[in-house]
Amino acid sequence: MEKNTVFITVIDRENKHHKLEAPTDMNMNIMELCRSYELPVEGTCGGMAMCASCQVYIETSHVPIERSDNEQAMLDEAWNVQDNSRLGCQIQISKDLNGLIVKLAPDASFNEDDW
Amino acid sequence: MIKTDIIIIGAGPVGLFTVFEAGLIKLKCHLIDALPIPGGQCAEIYPKKPIYDIPGYPSILAGDLVDNLMEQIKPFKPGFTLGETAANIEKTEDNQFIVTTKQGTKHQAPVVAIAGGLGVFIPRKPPIFNLKDFEEKGVNYIVKDPEVFKNKKLVISGGGDSALDWALFFANEYASEVTLVHRSQSFRAHLDSVQKAMTMAENGKINLLLDSEVIELNGNGSLDSVVIRNKSKEKATIHTDFWLPLFGLSPKLGPIANWGLEIKKNAIVVDNATDYSTNIEGIYAIGDVNTYPGKLKLILCGFHEATIMVQSAFKKIHPNKNNVLKYTTVSGVTGFE
Repeated sequence: MEKNTVFITVIDRENKHHKLEAPTDMNMNIMELCRSYELPVEGTCGGMAMCASCQVYIETSHVPIERSDNEQAMLDEAWNVQDNSRLGCQIQISKDLNGLIVKLAPDASFNEDDW
Repeated sequence: MIKTDIIIIGAGPVGLFTVFEAGLIKLKCHLIDALPIPGGQCAEIYPKKPIYDIPGYPSILAGDLVDNLMEQIKPFKPGFTLGETAANIEKTEDNQFIVTTKQGTKHQAPVVAIAGGLGVFIPRKPPIFNLKDFEEKGVNYIVKDPEVFKNKKLVISGGGDSALDWALFFANEYASEVTLVHRSQSFRAHLDSVQKAMTMAENGKINLLLDSEVIELNGNGSLDSVVIRNKSKEKATIHTDFWLPLFGLSPKLGPIANWGLEIKKNAIVVDNATDYSTNIEGIYAIGDVNTYPGKLKLILCGFHEATIMVQSAFKKIHPNKNNVLKYTTVSGVTGFE
C-alpha cells in the first residue's frame, strides 16, 4: 500500500464490490472518490450536502452515523434513507477509514425521466 | 418569432457571459432558461455560497456573481425567455435554427449556443407508485398560478424554502386549509420562515405534521385524499384538493439529449481544439454541458469557452466580414441602442 492511501470498498447498485485505493492527502471525500473511479455517483451539488445524490449506506463501523445539521436536513428530504445513511460528500477520507465498506443508495432519479 | 444572432440555451453564468463577449463583436443574443430567474445553478442551488476561483475575486457569493454578470451584459440588451424549457430545434433551408420551447415560444437565429450546465432543473418526485396518475390532477410540483389554489384544501410536503414559503403564502392568503407535512422535526428553510410557520401552526392556521410523510394517493380520476404515516407507523387520511410535493429540483439533460448531438456521459461532445462546436454545424456547446479530453467543469473554463465560441459564431454569421480582436480597455464597451 502506498503511503497516504487507504482501501475503501464501494458496493455498487448491481451489488458489485469495488476495492478502491483512496488517497488521504488529497482532501477528498467518498463522493469524490467514487467519481474519480467513475462509479455512478452524480454529486450534482458538488459536495455541499444539498442534493443527496451521493447517499451511501455505511456497512462497517468505521464511520459513526453522526450527521451534521445540513446533512441531516438534506437526508430528511431524500428517499431510501436508512439508519446507516450518510452523504458521501460529507465523509472525508482519512487513515481511520482503511477497510471501510459503503453501499451506494438506489438512484433516486428513477421517476424523473419525463420533462 | 423572436429573432436574434445567437440563441443561448441556459442563463447560468456562462450563458450570461456569452452575451458580453458576443456584444463586443456586435452579435445580439437571446437566452432561454427553464428556471424563472437567470443564474442557473448559482441562483438555484447555491446563491449564498462563496466561490473562490473566479479570477480577480478572492471570494464572491454565487448570487452576487450572477448580479454582476447581469449588470455587465446590460449594455447588450439580451432577450430572455425564462421559465420555459427549450424543447425542439429545426434547421430551415436558409441555415437558420428555430428553437421552440415546451410552452410554444419560437426563436430564430443562425447560431445556437448550448450553455445548459447540468441540464433542466426538474422537480424531485417522491417514490409513490401511482404518482403519475395524479400529476396535474391534484398533484403539482411547481406553483405556477396561485389563483388555482384559491379556497382549496392543500397538503404541502417538504422542509426547504419553497415548501415553507408556499405554506405560509397559502395559509395567509388563499387556501381554505393548509397542511404542511415534513419528514423530521427540523427544517432546511430560513429560520424566519420556520418560526412563522410554527406560530401559524399554534394559531391553527397551518396544520403542521412533523415526523410524517405522504405515502399514498387516492382518488377517482383526480386527487381526493392522501395517506400520511408518522414515525410511529400510524396512518391518517387527509381529504384534500391538491398535494404539492416540494422537494427541490434536480437537473436532467432534458430534451437536448434528443437533438441529434453527440452525447457522452450526459454531456455534449465538442471540438475543443477550435471553437467548441458540436457535430451539428452552427450549434456550439459551452460550460458544464460539454465534454472533451481534459474538460474541467468550472465557471472560469466556461467563460473562456464562451469567448472562443463567439469568434467562430461571428465568422459563421458574417462570412465576408473581417474581425479583429479589440481590447475593452482601449475600445470601451459600446452597447446596443
